[in-house]
Amino acid sequence: MRSFRRTPAAGSPADGSRTDLRDVLALAAALGVVGASFGALAAAADIPLPIIVGMSTIVFAGGSQFLAVAVVAAGGGALAAIVGGLLLNARHIPFGLAMAPVVADRPLGRVLGAHILIDEAVAFSRARGTGLRARRAFWACGISFFVMWNVGTVVGAVAGAAVPDPDSFGIDSAFPAALLALLLPGLRAADARRVGLGAAAVALAATPFLPPGLPVLAGLAGLALAGRARPATPATPGPPAPGPVTS
Amino acid sequence: MLVLGVGTYLMRLAGLLLRGRVEVPEKVQRLLDLGATALLVALAATAALTEGGGFAGWARPAGVAVGAAAALLRVPFVLVVLLAAGTTAGLRLFGVP
Repeated sequence: MRSFRRTPAAGSPADGSRTDLRDVLALAAALGVVGASFGALAAAADIPLPIIVGMSTIVFAGGSQFLAVAVVAAGGGALAAIVGGLLLNARHIPFGLAMAPVVADRPLGRVLGAHILIDEAVAFSRARGTGLRARRAFWACGISFFVMWNVGTVVGAVAGAAVPDPDSFGIDSAFPAALLALLLPGLRAADARRVGLGAAAVALAATPFLPPGLPVLAGLAGLALAGRARPATPATPGPPAPGPVTS
Repeated sequence: MLVLGVGTYLMRLAGLLLRGRVEVPEKVQRLLDLGATALLVALAATAALTEGGGFAGWARPAGVAVGAAAALLRVPFVLVVLLAAGTTAGLRLFGVP
C-alpha cells in the first residue's frame, strides 16, 4: 500500500503507470454499476441495510454475495449461502499462493492485501509482469474496486428499484472481455495457452454438473497440459485463435 | 454474513501466508503461475458463456468475442471493455437474449 500510494508521483511517468490506472478505473466504474445492482437486489430481498453494506465491506466477493442474496430471496438457509459462497471463493487459495510475492514482501502487507485479493486484481497485476509495476497494479485495482463496489452497494441499496438492470448495458460481458484482454499477453506462451485452453474446456464441460465455483476450480486440471518448463521461446506471432474458447 | 466474510478472508490469506513459510522451487513457482492462468481463463470462459449452470444466451458471448478480437488487434483496454459491453447491450436492444 505504501509503495503504491507514493510511487506514482515519484516514479517515472513514462513507465505506463498512468495507463494502468486509467484501465483500472474504467473497470472499477463498471464494477460500481454491478455493486448498485447488488445493493438493489439485496434491498428487494428485504435484507437490512447494515447487513447489505457489511457484506460488501466484509465479504467483498461479488459472486458469493449475489449467491447469498439469491439463497435468502428463495427462502434458503444461512448454511446454504455460506457453503455455496465459500465454494465459490475457494479459488482464492491458489491465487494467494501464486500472488504472494507480488502483493507484499512483509506479512503485514499480505494481511492487508488478502482482503483485496480479487480476480481482476490478480489479472491486472499479472498482465503487468512482475516487480513494482505489477504490485502497484494489484493495489490500485484492489483498492479502487473495493471503493467502487461499496459506493455502488450503498447507492443501489438506497435507490432500490430505481436502479436499472446492468445487463441492459452489457456489463456482464465487460468483465469476461476485460479478463481475456488482460490474459492475452500471457497466453502467447505455448504452455500457458495449452493450460488455458484445457482449463476453459474442463470448466465449461463441468458447469452443468457442479455447483457454482467448482467448475472454475476444476479448470486447474488444465495444468495436466503444462508439459515441461522450457527456456522462454517467443511464440510465433501468427494469428492465434480469436475470441473466447469455443468448446 | 460474518462467517462467509471471515471464511473468504481466511482463504485469501491462507495462500498468501503459506508462501512465506516455504522456499518455493522454480518448478513449483511455474506451476503456481500457470495455475493462476488456468483459473482466470476458466473464470473468463464460464463467465462469458454460462449463467446458472446453462448457456448464457448469445448476446454476452458475442460481446465478449468482439472484445477479445479487439484485444487481439491491440485496441486500448478501455475500448475493449466498451466494445464488449456495447455489442452485448446493442444485441439485447434488438431482442437477442
